[in-house]
Amino acid sequence: MTTSPHTYADKAAEAAVRATPEPLVRRVRALSDKAIAWLFIAPTIALLLAINIFPLFWAIYLSFTNYRANRPNAEVKNVGLGNYSRVLNDPDIWASMQTTAHFVFWTILLQTVIGFALAYLIDRKFRGHAFWTTLILIPMMLSPAVVGNFWRFLYEPQIGLFAYAVSFLTGIPTSEIQMLGSVNLAPWAIIIVDTWMWTPYVMLICLAGLRSIPDYIYEAAEVDRASNWRQFWSITVPMALPFIMLAVLFRGIENFKMFDMVNLLTGGGPGSTTEVASITLKRDAFEAWATGRSSAFAIVLFVAVFGLANIYVKALNRVKQR
Amino acid sequence: MLKQWIPLLGATAVCALMSAPQAAKAEQLTLCWAAWDPANALVELSKDFTTKTGIDMKFEFVPWTSYADRFLNELNSRGKLCDLIIGDSQWVGGAAENGHYVKLNDFFAKEGISMDDFVPATVVGYSEWPKNTPNYWALPAMGDVVGWTYRKDWFERPEIQKEFKAKYGWDLAAPKTYDQLKQIAEFFQKREIDGKTVYGASIYTERGSEGITMGVTNVLYDWGFMYENPKKPYDMQGYVNSPDAVKGLEFYKSLYDCCTPPGASNVYMVESADAFKSGQVAMQMNFAFTWPGLYKDEKVGGDRIGFFPNPAEKYHFAQLGGQGISVVSYSDKRDAALQYIKWFAQPDVQAKWWQFGGYSCLKAVVDAPDFKTSQPYAPAFLESMAIVKDFWAEPSYAELLQAMQKRVHDYVVAGKGTAKEALDGLEKDWTEIFEEDGKI
Repeated sequence: MTTSPHTYADKAAEAAVRATPEPLVRRVRALSDKAIAWLFIAPTIALLLAINIFPLFWAIYLSFTNYRANRPNAEVKNVGLGNYSRVLNDPDIWASMQTTAHFVFWTILLQTVIGFALAYLIDRKFRGHAFWTTLILIPMMLSPAVVGNFWRFLYEPQIGLFAYAVSFLTGIPTSEIQMLGSVNLAPWAIIIVDTWMWTPYVMLICLAGLRSIPDYIYEAAEVDRASNWRQFWSITVPMALPFIMLAVLFRGIENFKMFDMVNLLTGGGPGSTTEVASITLKRDAFEAWATGRSSAFAIVLFVAVFGLANIYVKALNRVKQR
Repeated sequence: MLKQWIPLLGATAVCALMSAPQAAKAEQLTLCWAAWDPANALVELSKDFTTKTGIDMKFEFVPWTSYADRFLNELNSRGKLCDLIIGDSQWVGGAAENGHYVKLNDFFAKEGISMDDFVPATVVGYSEWPKNTPNYWALPAMGDVVGWTYRKDWFERPEIQKEFKAKYGWDLAAPKTYDQLKQIAEFFQKREIDGKTVYGASIYTERGSEGITMGVTNVLYDWGFMYENPKKPYDMQGYVNSPDAVKGLEFYKSLYDCCTPPGASNVYMVESADAFKSGQVAMQMNFAFTWPGLYKDEKVGGDRIGFFPNPAEKYHFAQLGGQGISVVSYSDKRDAALQYIKWFAQPDVQAKWWQFGGYSCLKAVVDAPDFKTSQPYAPAFLESMAIVKDFWAEPSYAELLQAMQKRVHDYVVAGKGTAKEALDGLEKDWTEIFEEDGKI
């Protein structure tokens, strides 16, 4: 015999009604299901409105003004699209967007290739594979603040382990290996750290993809005498592709707004070599106090990420449907 | 029912009666400042204030790298966290115009505190807005200036002296000019001393807050850089980017390229002091507040360290540091905060302030006959305070500073463009900022 879920719900409601003082009971009984549903989600909606939606609309409003947070007494004027025009025509902002694109491209490429390779290895069960999996996952469990600080020491030319290792392998004196102080090497120093930290994350998602491929497909391929290489390109990669794309999406969004690691390692320097968009935005908003202009920049970034992510999700859905 | 409540009500009433006098007595003031050695000295000093007035002091100290961000945010949001604030010298314009600080003229007049009793440069730098007018927003609290320390023990070694003289033709000693400083720095760069490779000099190169600006201005001023036309305010063309200023900037880059330790691309106060303390460098640029700590250092202090003011070139200036103490206008404890300022201005408190490791700005302290001999760094401090010059203290100081940080760092550390392009760009940025402010 099965009992309808409604019966349980009704009994529970009756019990609740019995335990509730009479006037409140009457009021609750008078509420529709829809009203009760709203009652439950109202706190979440209120919180979202207060900390997400309101600031977004407020930022949109500010982006059309000359408001400066450090001049509370100054008159706030409407400047129309002036801030947007300034942001889109500012060569420094375009330079920071280029730096961001460079950073996003290389980190995603390296993390995807290495992450997938690691997942492929880990997927083949071998002795102690659980131990190695845990070990590989450690970097992503650390706080970015910790990672940034200890890599700064590792990169230190005079006492850093990284400089010693490179010097040992190449014979270049340690004092000449200035990862964070060199215009050419500083962007790569950040890419190395981000790749070190987040490749395990990509590996985990890829591993989930690889483990979702049913064994019988490989068995059928074996029967058809397909080579390992053929199996990899015709079964493994296409079936894991949605997962890989998902990992790329997550890392892409994260790295587009990367701030903490860059701030800790180089602070955007040397000069403006590693000044990614989020660092420029922070400087504009909280150091130069150009609140209106920085709001416009934030909206431009938001639209860019939102637009690109939407296009990407559509592509992802198409791949999944194949 | 009432019987159950009576004991509880009684106990509450007794507690309330017992705590009432305590609550009235336990007034507390919060003083906001940067987290550094002088702040610790102020904590010690302020115990005397608590003893005398019964007002507790609470301190909110923030590291230098986030000091401006944190407290300017607090002021701009009209926060009540700080009753008293020791704000950077460049904040005075913005804080005065935006109503963050209480104007102290009436209070000074009532309490008989005269600005004539303080070192003039500190009054202009820390208290006045508009500059050179008798409108006071702070009491000079912590005199500070960029100067230099050097490894006296290395300089005095006979073999080093002999080699230096043979190479440069003059006796190795604390440099008087920047040319001399560079020669010394070159001489020590990558030299083996006691089996360790050492380097010439540590200079400010920090990008994130104000570091490289506070460093490069020491050189720029000496070469002839000026913020504006002395006869026409905010006219900067040919002053900020004069040929002499360009040469000064080129010099700073050459000093960075030739004579700093490897990886010194983001150095400010802490990093510079660390480079000196770890025995990496022969000379170090730093604010005078670091000198007492360095002098006490077991490895490099005592007889091993010497102090000298910023060297001269065509002119002789040094970058002003330091701060004044102000009452925050949003504080609910304004009277108690003013009471603290009155106490702090007293000559005996100021004398103790110097003894504890703070730098007093009171003439009675610094002009005292025994001041020069009171500490080994006192003469260099006095000499430096006589040649100070400060960055813009305009309400838009943050934007002006950020523009300079970017332009100078791009050229000096990243090697982007030329010195002329950097200063031309800076002049353009500053002009735009003043135009937006309606000053031009």
